[in-house]
Amino acid sequence: MKRTTIICASVMALVAIMLLPTVASADTFDAAGAGRLPDSVGINSMWVIVAGVLVMFMQAGFAFLEIGFSRGKNAGTVVAKVLMNFSIAGLAYWAVGFALAFGGLGDLWGNTGWFLHNYGDPQTAFPVMGLSDATVEAKWFFQFVFCAVSLAIVWGTTLERIKFGVYAIYAVVFAGLIYPIGSHWVFGGGWLQTNLGMQDFAGSTAVHLIGATGALAVLLHLGPRRGKYGPDGRPRAIPGHNMPLFGLSIFILWLGWFGFNPGSTLGALDGRFTEVVVTTQLAACAGVLMAIVTSKLLLKTIDIGMAGNGAIAALVAITAPSGYVMPWAAVIIGAVAGVLVVVSVLAIDKKLDDPVGALSAHGMAGIWGTLACGLFTNPDLAAYNAFGEGGLVYTGSFHQLGVQALGVVTVFAFVFVASYVVFFLIKKTYGLRVSAEEEDAGLDISEHGMYGYPEQFIPAPELIGVGPVQTPAGAAASSGLNPTEVPA
Amino acid sequence: MKLVIAYIRHEAFEPIRMELLELGFPSLSIIEVKGSGRQKGITEQYRGSSVTNYLRPKIKIECVVAAGDVQTIVDTILRHARTGSIGDGKVFVLPVEQAYRIRTGESGEETLQSHPDAAATV
Repeated sequence: MKRTTIICASVMALVAIMLLPTVASADTFDAAGAGRLPDSVGINSMWVIVAGVLVMFMQAGFAFLEIGFSRGKNAGTVVAKVLMNFSIAGLAYWAVGFALAFGGLGDLWGNTGWFLHNYGDPQTAFPVMGLSDATVEAKWFFQFVFCAVSLAIVWGTTLERIKFGVYAIYAVVFAGLIYPIGSHWVFGGGWLQTNLGMQDFAGSTAVHLIGATGALAVLLHLGPRRGKYGPDGRPRAIPGHNMPLFGLSIFILWLGWFGFNPGSTLGALDGRFTEVVVTTQLAACAGVLMAIVTSKLLLKTIDIGMAGNGAIAALVAITAPSGYVMPWAAVIIGAVAGVLVVVSVLAIDKKLDDPVGALSAHGMAGIWGTLACGLFTNPDLAAYNAFGEGGLVYTGSFHQLGVQALGVVTVFAFVFVASYVVFFLIKKTYGLRVSAEEEDAGLDISEHGMYGYPEQFIPAPELIGVGPVQTPAGAAASSGLNPTEVPA
Repeated sequence: MKLVIAYIRHEAFEPIRMELLELGFPSLSIIEVKGSGRQKGITEQYRGSSVTNYLRPKIKIECVVAAGDVQTIVDTILRHARTGSIGDGKVFVLPVEQAYRIRTGESGEETLQSHPDAAATV
C-alpha cells in the first residue's frame, strides 16, 4: 500500500512537470513561427539528428554482436535486455543525465536543464556545446544515444549468466549518475576538459572506457560462466552460435560510427565532419587488417571474431583523436588497436571470462585512443577545437600525453569504484547471478519462459501439437487456403 | 559382451567420459535424444499462449564392454549422473552376440576397448 502510494505520487509529479509550459522548445518554436529560424540552425540540427539516428542503430549492432557470441540458448534474452536498457537510459538521461553531463561548466557536474525544462538561454545553459547552433533537442538526442552506447558496452562481459533485473537497477544508476558525471569531466565542460585541456573528441574515454570499466566491475563480482575454466584452471572455448550475425553486427557498428565521430562536430557548416569520416574509416581499415595479421601470427589461423574485434577496437581508438589528428596518424592509431585487441583478448581470457571481448575492444582500445591524442594531435586542430595542445610528435612535449593519462586514470577510478559498490550492493540484496540449473538451461527459458530458437529445444512433434490446428484434408480447399500453407 | 545404454543429463556426460578414459574405456558413442519419464515438462510462453514441452533433451550413451567390466561402467555412470532429483535418467544392460573391428576384421572381446599394446600401434 505504502509503496503504491509512492509510485503514484512520483508518476503524478512527472505528469505535472510535463504539463507546465515548456520553455524548452520555445526558442525554436517561436522563431520558426515568425519565419526567422536561421538556415544554419536547420542544417546543423539536421546533421546532429542524422548522426544520432546512426548511433542509435548501433544498439542493433551490440544486440547482434552479443547474440552471435552467445550460445543459442541465450539468444532471445539479449533482445529484451537491449530494448529495456535503451528505454531506461532514454528516460533517465532526459530526467537528470543530460543536465548533469552538459548543464554548465561546474568542475564535477552540471546543474541546469533537468527534464530539458526551464533552462533559459541554450548557449549559457549548455555552454560546452555552444559552438554549434543546433537545437538543444537535437543535442540531447545525440548525447542520449551516446549514453545508451556506453551502457550497452557494460553488459558485454555478463552474457549467459546474469539475472535480468540487474540490468534495470544498474541502468538507472549508470544513465542517471555514473555516465553523466564521468562524461561531464571529459567532454561536458568538467575539470578534466576545461581546466586541464583533456582531448576526447567523441568519447574513447567518456563513452567506451566508462562502459568497459562498468563491465570490469560487474565481471569481478559475477565470475565466469560454468565450464569456462577447466579443473586445471585453463580457459576453454565456449563458441558463440552465429558468426554471420556477428559479422552483421560489425558492419552495423561500423556504419553507426559514422554518426558517432563525425556527428560530434555537432554541425555541418564548416565541413569538418567529412574529414572526421576519413580518419574514422582509415583507422577501422587498418585495425581489421592488423587484427587479421596478428591472429594469423599468434593463433596460426584467421579468427573471424578477432577480425571483427579489430574493426571495433580501431573505431574505439580513433574516437577520441578523430577530430584532432591527420589521416596518416589515424592509420597508425587503428593499426596499433588491431594488434592490441588480439593480444589483450588472449591475455584477459586466461583469468576473466569476457564473452565478447568488451574489456579489450572498448577498454584497452579506449585507453590507447585517449593516449593517442597526446601523441598525434595536430596543433592546428587542437586550436580549432579549443581544447589542449599539440601531441608529442609535433611539439616534443609530454604535457598533452600526461593530461590524457591523468584523464584515463581518474575517470577509470571514479567509474570503477562507483560501479563496484553498486554491484556489490545488488549482489548482497537482489543477487547478480542465476542458479546453476538456470544457467545450464539457458537464460531464454529460465528468465523469459521462451526460447530464442524454439525448434532447437522443443521436439518437432510437440510443436505440431494436436487439436484445432490440424485441418482435415478437404477443409483446406473450402477455407481458401493453399493446401501447403499452414494457418498462422 | 554387454551393451550398456544410459540416458543421462547433458552436464553429467563430461565427468563420466573423463573417468572412463582414465579407466581405459575410450570407446563409446553418444546420441542426443529427447524423451520423457517422470520429469515434468517445460512450459514455453509465447505472446500470451503457452505450449508444454514434455520431451526433455538427454544424452544417450552406448558402450559395449566385456561382461566382467560392466559393473565398472555402470558404477561410474551412476556416480556421476546422480543428482537425486527426478530426471537423472536410466541405465540398461543388454547382451551382445558378437563384435568386429572393421579396420582389421578381428572379432571378439579384444575389439571392444583399447588395450595397452593396441594403443601403441595407432
